[in-house]
Amino acid sequence: MLGRTASSVFWMFRYLERAENTARLLEAGFRMALTRGGDIANDEWRSVIDTLGLKAAYEALYDEYSGTQVCNFVLRDRENGENVMRMFDLARSNARASRTSITGEVWEAVNESWMSLTHLLSRPVRETGLGTVLAMVRRSATLVRGATYGSMLRSEIYHFARAGTYIERADSTARILDVKYYLLLPSLAYVGSTLDTSQWDNVLRSLSAERAFRWLNAGRMDARGIAEFLILDQRFPRSLSFCYKELSENLGRLAEIHGVESQSNAKIIEAMYRFRTTTIDTIFDSGLHEFLTGFNANNQVIANSIAEDYRFFA
Amino acid sequence: MNTPEPNFDEMRQADGSIRPAYVDYCQWLDEQDPSQMRRKGREAENFFRRTGITFNVYGDDDAEERLIPFDMVPRIITGGEWRKLSRGIEQRVRALNAFMHDLYHRQEIIRSGRLPERLFSNNDAWLPQMVGFTPPGGVYTHIVGIDLVRTGPNEFMVLEDNARTPSGVSYMLENRETMMAMFPELFSRIPVQPVSDYPRRLAKSLAACAPDGASDKPMVAVLTPGIYNSAYFEHAFLADQMGAELVEGSDLRVVDGRVQMRTTAGYQPIDVLYRRVDDDFLDPLTFNPESMLGVPGIMDVYRSGGITIANAPGTGVADDKAIYSFMPEIVEFYTGEKPLLPNVPTWRCAEPDSLAYVLDNIAELVVKEVHGSGGYGMLIGPTSSKREIANFKDKLKANPTNYIAQPTLALSTVPIFTKSGLAPRHLDLRPFVLVSPGGIDITPGGLTRVALKKGSLVVNSSQGGGTKDTWVLND
Repeated sequence: MLGRTASSVFWMFRYLERAENTARLLEAGFRMALTRGGDIANDEWRSVIDTLGLKAAYEALYDEYSGTQVCNFVLRDRENGENVMRMFDLARSNARASRTSITGEVWEAVNESWMSLTHLLSRPVRETGLGTVLAMVRRSATLVRGATYGSMLRSEIYHFARAGTYIERADSTARILDVKYYLLLPSLAYVGSTLDTSQWDNVLRSLSAERAFRWLNAGRMDARGIAEFLILDQRFPRSLSFCYKELSENLGRLAEIHGVESQSNAKIIEAMYRFRTTTIDTIFDSGLHEFLTGFNANNQVIANSIAEDYRFFA
Repeated sequence: MNTPEPNFDEMRQADGSIRPAYVDYCQWLDEQDPSQMRRKGREAENFFRRTGITFNVYGDDDAEERLIPFDMVPRIITGGEWRKLSRGIEQRVRALNAFMHDLYHRQEIIRSGRLPERLFSNNDAWLPQMVGFTPPGGVYTHIVGIDLVRTGPNEFMVLEDNARTPSGVSYMLENRETMMAMFPELFSRIPVQPVSDYPRRLAKSLAACAPDGASDKPMVAVLTPGIYNSAYFEHAFLADQMGAELVEGSDLRVVDGRVQMRTTAGYQPIDVLYRRVDDDFLDPLTFNPESMLGVPGIMDVYRSGGITIANAPGTGVADDKAIYSFMPEIVEFYTGEKPLLPNVPTWRCAEPDSLAYVLDNIAELVVKEVHGSGGYGMLIGPTSSKREIANFKDKLKANPTNYIAQPTLALSTVPIFTKSGLAPRHLDLRPFVLVSPGGIDITPGGLTRVALKKGSLVVNSSQGGGTKDTWVLND
């Protein structure tokens, strides 16, 4: 396949994943605002903007953080070059550019999602309509994922799609954790405060992890356990460790298909080795924030290596 | 607007009875519930939007992607009519290829005095780079679209030849898919010749034109200007259906004397390039130096026999409407036969007598630019205001060689579905013709374009025209 097409497939899935993760963040923020209100709600919206890396753009326009204002900024504001509608535009134009590499089912799933969202986001979203929009974003991502899983040939195209998904997801999980890391530090981890548990709960919700964590821990919650779960648990599909296990499998298959040992594959093997030798204690000892920023820097290096190995650019 | 004389309706005779081609269809239609049919119409639109069959209109910012309206009443041609038509088309396409070869070699037709030299010496589409060069297999026009209009029971005329890069074939295919999805029972009742193997025939025809030295399975690629081009959907659709790569200029490079594409595993040579990019943009080293859509050096590879370009550069000469006016002579010159398909009578404004006639009768005529296409830059006398006519006359007098004129034809009609039931509308037909050293292959069907406004003669999609499925009966 063409290098440019591989790049389009890779980015199409990155943008879809990014849109979905953004919707998840807004949902968690919305819930926090509803249950806590006041300053906590404002702090929460501030941290949503911060996690998305939109602080400067947002503060250039607005003085305060309020729910619908943040949501509209994140979802559809033209002043925000990375709004969710724009991600769907980009996902769809990448899908068009790789139209000959994806199945009709995948294309139709992307195109229909884009049509629905274009309609829903043609006017400012009000508080009453927010749930519908966010659910549509997530349902769209689920639809495309299902169509991809069920209809695509397991050729290199599929592996580029999956690689894009997991690079993006790992980036997102690490960012969310990094913005909230101070909540999870051992010094703050005293049990009993309802404030803390609700904020921990919110960290889990931002990654749709609350149910899985509750189930595994019989309802008990502690900061260290949450960090361990989101970083190292190999069963949870948004944990860093899970994303890398999948990424390594897809990059391994790509190297196999091409019959050459690629840079990107060497780098993921190295990263996987580090995961195997890491425990939550060593992470806390050397600093959670340092671990997460280091992880994301390396994630970017791997993404660049994929682009280089498979000639995304001339 | 008033058409000058009663036109030929392909479904009904003047007394209201149904013509043979439509008997079975109309019988089926009588059994349908009208409200059901209206619902089906909306379904069809959803289907097109969902699958992304849209086209982009140049100069229309608000609507980057628009649908070409689809009408559910098929355009039906009997097997007998089609056989007659295809003989005429084949003859014309054979002549076109021979003409191209002659124009770029000995120019016998000019030496013989049948064609004035100015016609191509002033023609931008004529490329000096092609002189003395014969494309692989001797094929110039690999894919041709012949635009036909009908004025009577056995009267088909050629309105235009599209020898450069005819588009619209994806509509021929998708319109049929849509009809089969909406009305499967129709196709079990009425024997319609299939069109769905067009991509396979195209792939085979292109592969047969590969240069000497290519493998048994030549690498075929479709060159598109990219996702913002008005016909991008079609480019992607054809590449997908043929199993060919869809490439852009930025994917290609000349490496080791071959045109190669950048794949995930490195550069790989291409044998046949079905390009949907105009000549001018094909090679910045040879043509427009600003072009980002082409491949620097591809013309050198082409001339050394390293790649087949379909259609060959320089075939746009035949799309010129002044050349068109000589097609009857061209057909006779190269085939030694009388043309089976007539032209629409055409006045060449370059000739003083014709110009005088056109100026006197402009209110009844259609005047077109010789290089124009897509329904732009033309005047339809009977529907134009006095002021529009006066303005156009000035342009015409200032540069008469730039124009030809034709009578306003009483184009045939076929009904479309409207809110108040069936209503006749004017239409044309573009069959698609494939040329390879193995022969000329015409898919039974084509693109039927239909004017949606009552009385309108303009069928171009860029001017609000729609399309219909085109049936050739298996009788």
